[in-house]
Amino acid sequence: MAAIFQGVGAAPALSSLPSNSFDSKNILFSPRRSFSVRKAPSFVVVRSDGTMNLDLNPKGRRAQQFIANAVATKEDSSAASSSSKPGHELLLFEALREGLEEEMERDPRVCVMGEDVGHYGGSYKVTKGLATKFGDLRVLDTPIAENSFTGMGIGAAMTGLRPVVEGMNMGFLLLAFNQISNNCGMLHYTSGGQFTIPIVIRGPGGVGRQLGAEHSQRLESYFQSVPGIQMVACSTPYNAKGLMKAALRSENPVILFEHVLLYNLKERIPDEDYICNLEEAEMVRPGEHVTILTYSRMRYHVMQAAKTLVNKGYDPEVIDIRSLKPFDLYTIGNSVKKTHRVLIVEECMRTGGIGASLTAAITENFHDYLDAPIICLSSQDVPTPYAGRLEEWTVVQPAQIVTAVEQLCQ
Amino acid sequence: MALSRLASSSSRSADLLKPLCSAISLRRPISTDTTPITVETSVPFTSHQCDTPSRSVQTNAKELFTFFRDMALMRRMEIAADSLYKAKLIRGFCHLYDGQEAVAVGMEAAITKKDCIITAYRDHCTFVSRGGTLLEVFAELMGRQAGCSRGKGGSMHFYKKDSNFYGGHGIVGAQVPLGCGLAFAQKYSKDEAVTFALYGDGAANQGQLFEALNISALWDLPAILVCENNHYGMGTAEWRAAKSPAYYKRGDYAPGLKVDGMDAFAVKQACTFAKEHALKNGPIRGKSLSLVEAIKLTSSCSVCCAYMQILEMDTYRYHGHSMSDPGSTYRTRDEITGVRQERDPVERIRKLILSHDLATEKELKDIEKEIRKEVDDAIAQAKENPLPESSELFTNVYAKGLGVESFGADRKEVRAILP
Repeated sequence: MAAIFQGVGAAPALSSLPSNSFDSKNILFSPRRSFSVRKAPSFVVVRSDGTMNLDLNPKGRRAQQFIANAVATKEDSSAASSSSKPGHELLLFEALREGLEEEMERDPRVCVMGEDVGHYGGSYKVTKGLATKFGDLRVLDTPIAENSFTGMGIGAAMTGLRPVVEGMNMGFLLLAFNQISNNCGMLHYTSGGQFTIPIVIRGPGGVGRQLGAEHSQRLESYFQSVPGIQMVACSTPYNAKGLMKAALRSENPVILFEHVLLYNLKERIPDEDYICNLEEAEMVRPGEHVTILTYSRMRYHVMQAAKTLVNKGYDPEVIDIRSLKPFDLYTIGNSVKKTHRVLIVEECMRTGGIGASLTAAITENFHDYLDAPIICLSSQDVPTPYAGRLEEWTVVQPAQIVTAVEQLCQ
Repeated sequence: MALSRLASSSSRSADLLKPLCSAISLRRPISTDTTPITVETSVPFTSHQCDTPSRSVQTNAKELFTFFRDMALMRRMEIAADSLYKAKLIRGFCHLYDGQEAVAVGMEAAITKKDCIITAYRDHCTFVSRGGTLLEVFAELMGRQAGCSRGKGGSMHFYKKDSNFYGGHGIVGAQVPLGCGLAFAQKYSKDEAVTFALYGDGAANQGQLFEALNISALWDLPAILVCENNHYGMGTAEWRAAKSPAYYKRGDYAPGLKVDGMDAFAVKQACTFAKEHALKNGPIRGKSLSLVEAIKLTSSCSVCCAYMQILEMDTYRYHGHSMSDPGSTYRTRDEITGVRQERDPVERIRKLILSHDLATEKELKDIEKEIRKEVDDAIAQAKENPLPESSELFTNVYAKGLGVESFGADRKEVRAILP
């Protein structure tokens, strides 16, 4: 929270901090020329500090406070404390909706298309109420034709509209792979810069509660090598809203990965307008001994493991990488330089997953700083089984994380 | 067709008999005359779920000459591209449009630059009809900086945003949903314009086409799907690929029209009809009309069931599918020469001009010589043009947004310079 106010009030103070490269730590966002944009107060994109001031990370603190009760999907009701703190409390899907709604109000070019997003309100209620508020032309119920409605979203984006294409489940977007890879990612390049494709493709993915193999897919590994797109994964209501808004304002195609099991997370988020940087990682818990890189749901497994690790005397540094393409190698690199040990915990498959690319990227860039080989914990290379216990063992469990850290820190 | 041949021969014999008169008439300015001439299309239109437009097309000398010039230019350009490819100056894929020029030219004559066109990979001539220059075409084909996509797209990726030409797509059928997206954006922004989404007879069997058809009809989008049926999907004849080669009927609930795609006037008439139909019955009016009111409004269509339509252009390509295809393994040379003799679009216009006594053979030949020189000059200029800089490899991957640049690992070294 403090970081935001720092930006608004005291930009000079921050710029005097030791910085080894990029000058503007706080990037002021100026609203682009678009018709009938509301006069919004200018706000600040907060970059996480690259410096060693571990205690100056309010986002980390807040996330830390929150983490203890966030592994399960039950919301934590602390009604007594809610009235005194600034901001408002909501669930992750509500945060996504709030971000979407604010952007739709702000920019009339934003429209949503997907299956059951309009009258039904969205299969995960992310678009609930938007159809009645904005009308049928801005919140469009499509037939079950992912290939063509994703293509239509891209075609509309070529003319300047800013569509949000929702895949009811990320796995269904495999049907639109051609459109996403060839048209969405490549048109800006093959047209020599004539067209930008400001589309946001979002949807829930990941392993849920016994949903079966086809409905538990993790597409980030398939899309990661498509040139021209950006991929981000949200994990808390705060970054969900921030990333949604940033994605809608970006001129590039952005794929926003949500997770089926995280929609009911509750958090207190600021009232004022804010966005999260699309290319930046989030420092969840600063530490000294080992860097744990994670994203989406695995963040919570890691934090649960972190509790055990702290009791055992370890001090893990947990970073939610958030930006799956491109990687925030700056934040990650600074962390590696400090701890010299890396553990990657992800929900992707081991083969060709995000962790595999991240391992390669870290080894290429920071090999000299590593004291031990990078350990990458990923889901097993199997279709997700239906049986509960088997499904539990396809994904990484906190116990495995603890074991891996102990192994790394020997 | 026979009538026009008779007419031309009689006018030629008349020329011999009356040299003075013909000399005077020939000095009439050849490209600015706008007195209307009525032309009949070669064959009547066939329709599905709709009335057919009339066979008589209004035109004038100026338009005839524009058509002749444009189509001759396109023809010459494609033949020149053929030679350039064989000289290895154009690499990769090169899909040539000669034989099909009437579709591009006729369509352009019926619409404005506010209407969008999107097509597949056989896009050189469509790009030119939308206002692209010869230099941009040849430079892009040879991968030079002056190309329309800065040399980074190639033959299959020609785009011209300012004249609403959206390309240029390599994957068969993928452009049709994009086209319906363009139509959606036109409806969203209340543009009062239409989108023509072109595809081939091969792409007509793609599932995404039917998905896009369904959505366009459901949402009343001003989309007109145009099937350029040249009867061969690469090496597969249409009767071997499609159970029902009546592509204009495939819309089922959507009105369809079958057009002789080698007759530029038929194409023009059909496109005018389609655009009128889409805008009159389309989203501008919306569903607030009762059915009776809607029927009264539409003079040319007795049944307004859906707002989007399918136009099937019966056309033919002389070259093979691409430069690597000789074009004769799946069809006979007799067939190709037969079509060239009977239905060639440029010849049709030439005969019309001659029959209406608007120019002599020599003048038309002069125009063609001029065009040839223009094409040669453009090629020479394109050959001089430099290849793109190495830094261009990294430009246009991302658009710069939120003021962020893409740095390398240490944020010291700039890995990619975003424009």
